[in-house]
Amino acid sequence: MDDHGHDHPPHLGHHWADSQQQFEAGKLGMWLFLATEVLLFGGLFVGYAVWRGNDPELFQYGSQYLDTWLGAVNTAVLILSSLTMAMAVTYAQLNKQRALMVCLVLTFLGACGFMTIKYIEYTDKFQEGLFPGAAFYDGPKDRAASKYWVEGRPVITRETLLELKRGLGERVPESDIRRPERTRAIAQAEMSAIEPAAIGPRGMGEDIRRELRPRADEYPPPHPVQDPNRPTNAHMFFNIYFMMTGLHGIHVLVGMIVIGWLIVRAAKGHFNSEYYTPVDLGGLYWHIVDLIWIFLFPLFYLIH
Amino acid sequence: MTSIPSNTLHTDNYLNHTRGFMSWAFTLDHKRIGVMYLVSVLVAFFFGGMAALALRTHLIAPGTEMLSEDAYNQMFTLHGAIMVFLVIIPSVPAALGNFVLPIMLGAKDVAFPRLNLFSYHLWVIGAIFFLMSLFTGGLDTGWTFYTPYSTDTASAMGGVIPALTGAFILGFSSIFTGMNFIVTIHRLRPPGMTWFRMPLFLWALYATAVIQVLATPVLGITLMLLIVERAFGIGIFDPALGGDPVLYQHFFWFYSHPAVYIMILPAMGIISELVSVHSHKHIFGYRFIAFSSIAIAIFGFLVWGHHMFVSGQSALLNVIFSAITFSVSIPSAIKVFNWLATMYKGSISLNAPMLYALSFIFIFTIGGLTGLHLGTLATDVHLHDTYFVVAHFHYVMMGSALFAMIGGMHHWWPKITGRMYHELTSQIGAITVFIGFNLTFFPQFMLGSQGMPRRYHDYTGDMWLPETVELFHTYHFWSTIGSYVMAAGFFLTAGYLVHSIFRGKLAPANPWGGRSLEWQCTSPPPHDNFAKQPTVGDCYDFSVLRWDEAEQGYTWREDVPRPGEGDRDPYEKGELE
Repeated sequence: MDDHGHDHPPHLGHHWADSQQQFEAGKLGMWLFLATEVLLFGGLFVGYAVWRGNDPELFQYGSQYLDTWLGAVNTAVLILSSLTMAMAVTYAQLNKQRALMVCLVLTFLGACGFMTIKYIEYTDKFQEGLFPGAAFYDGPKDRAASKYWVEGRPVITRETLLELKRGLGERVPESDIRRPERTRAIAQAEMSAIEPAAIGPRGMGEDIRRELRPRADEYPPPHPVQDPNRPTNAHMFFNIYFMMTGLHGIHVLVGMIVIGWLIVRAAKGHFNSEYYTPVDLGGLYWHIVDLIWIFLFPLFYLIH
Repeated sequence: MTSIPSNTLHTDNYLNHTRGFMSWAFTLDHKRIGVMYLVSVLVAFFFGGMAALALRTHLIAPGTEMLSEDAYNQMFTLHGAIMVFLVIIPSVPAALGNFVLPIMLGAKDVAFPRLNLFSYHLWVIGAIFFLMSLFTGGLDTGWTFYTPYSTDTASAMGGVIPALTGAFILGFSSIFTGMNFIVTIHRLRPPGMTWFRMPLFLWALYATAVIQVLATPVLGITLMLLIVERAFGIGIFDPALGGDPVLYQHFFWFYSHPAVYIMILPAMGIISELVSVHSHKHIFGYRFIAFSSIAIAIFGFLVWGHHMFVSGQSALLNVIFSAITFSVSIPSAIKVFNWLATMYKGSISLNAPMLYALSFIFIFTIGGLTGLHLGTLATDVHLHDTYFVVAHFHYVMMGSALFAMIGGMHHWWPKITGRMYHELTSQIGAITVFIGFNLTFFPQFMLGSQGMPRRYHDYTGDMWLPETVELFHTYHFWSTIGSYVMAAGFFLTAGYLVHSIFRGKLAPANPWGGRSLEWQCTSPPPHDNFAKQPTVGDCYDFSVLRWDEAEQGYTWREDVPRPGEGDRDPYEKGELE
């Protein structure tokens, strides 16, 4: 960068009139970049919508193999790290070097925490053989270690669950016992923003809907490979799950690099109330990574 | 009052400001980056053109196996992929736009010079990946990478993944250029340069940049899905595993139709400049041309389905996409009529840039109108995937986008190199290229409407009627002859342009009589473009210029005050915004 030597602060490029102009341009550039990020993920969100629209039962079925608790903790971790990032920007503006440093490090730790939990989740899926693509149908490598693999006792399917309920004296009409097209109807009703009409006599369908997703601790669902009620192409759920969370994970890794770089520069005392553009822009990037996760979490873990 | 400075080739300018390979390869100067882009794009154009000549030569003698079937498939894929991703998309914005945009604005550089350099380096890396695909087994999918062929049948072809990666990287190169241009236009306009004071080329580049930023990421994710699909076979686009091959087409054309406007919009911007400057007449309908660029950018996002009329799309979608497609012709026609009105009663100089501009208007009109045949549902069923389509998009992509780029190159050549090329030779070159182009592609309209499918290696044999073969052969014969004529014209052009760098007359600051700001700095421009930020006037008011015989160029009339001096224009004094 060739400077002209006269009252140009070191961070100011030679083609800018003043710091304000440079800051505003940087910010506009970052927002445009975020727009491209949204569109990059937008393709996958469209893919999600298309596949979900075509085969809602896959999503209902697949989501029971995700751990909602881990997802929720991860969401909290990421939102907190967004908070510390926003605080870091404020402290940079206020010239509070120590607080800036603390907040950046906390944000970095939040990112590490998110990736650790994601690693645990991914490892679990790989061990259970819940892969995208055809490898899904090989089942888990170590069946004894699988919490879904059922050996020596009858497979508890949702159907047998309903049988159980009937055995306990609850009224579950024959017609409501789960069949693919039935699930499909329920799943489609779930997608509607409007409260779905009661399904079955006296709204029994609602009960079925609740019971269709057995709580993992009580009735671990059988491994899909064993499950006679597995919908066709159940692996598709894991295709889109790994594509979307994987791309998001890559963005978190990039965010960690960015925050690490900010920490190094902050340690050198580069940022102050006059110049905090990188902290501000890095923060914007971190917030979009957070925001995308906030959409991914309900789409995969919560709705089903 | 100072006169416009004359040529400063031997004084300090951007070309001799610093020396050495590294001072170019890692420069942050938008002008050098533009020149590097220009040279790279022209090299790629040479290779893409050679591939095209090989195809044409093969088709003149069907059945002789000049190219084997595989070689033919790889050749047309290579031609298409190079021309689209490496040549036409970066040609106007990244090469000419990079050079001209900041100077036209009166800025010292683009907003993010490092990002600009990075985008050029990405272009080089992308090009290397394309080359790699040649040596890792080749690529025969066509430039569109349609599934399931690209994931399934072409599985023997190891070149698919490198080519996809290359296109992905080139996409980001394009995105970064677009982001840079949007921010530059928003934030680096000097006082007085209001939106409606900007040269129309900048409006066009702005509209292009919006498409680059908003459409290209979708191509990125599409190619990424395809890479994953091909590498791991997880079934996203494979119906056997529950995927949807048509979804790929939707994703692909959601980018690639707007990409067509990434190619043509900046070209239209160049034509607006050329027509006005070389007719020495104020542009007609400035606001209409400016807004039509934006309208085309918006419409461009809504018509992708017209590539898929026979792909099993629903009839309702077909009708909707067909209707929106027709609406694109409105802003396009607005531009053409405004250019014609600009020329009307103008003092037209028939030099090479203007000849290319006239070619553009003629060819673009044919290319645009034949687009209507393809947008019409019933005729498209007949014409889909025939040579009619090939002719149509070559009329628009090559005869329009590329000709405008070459015209723009001639227009700014004195500014870029500081040298004038030989005028008569350049006129002969332009006319040769124009004749060659029409001879190449007009017969292809006939071929297509008679039923010759595109991408066919051979059109002889038992399945063809003898009279059909004869008819097709006649058309292919003239088409190939035309391609040779066009190639001769391009080689002539390359010859006199290279000659001019070494032997050409020194260029004056303003050889054509342009009024936008780039003609106010020296040829070639100094390292920082302007010592002092220039004041902006009406960039299409040519009445203030006069021909200076000694200078061999145009200078400011002594009896007219310059912008910022006198009371000519409240905008220029920053009183109105």
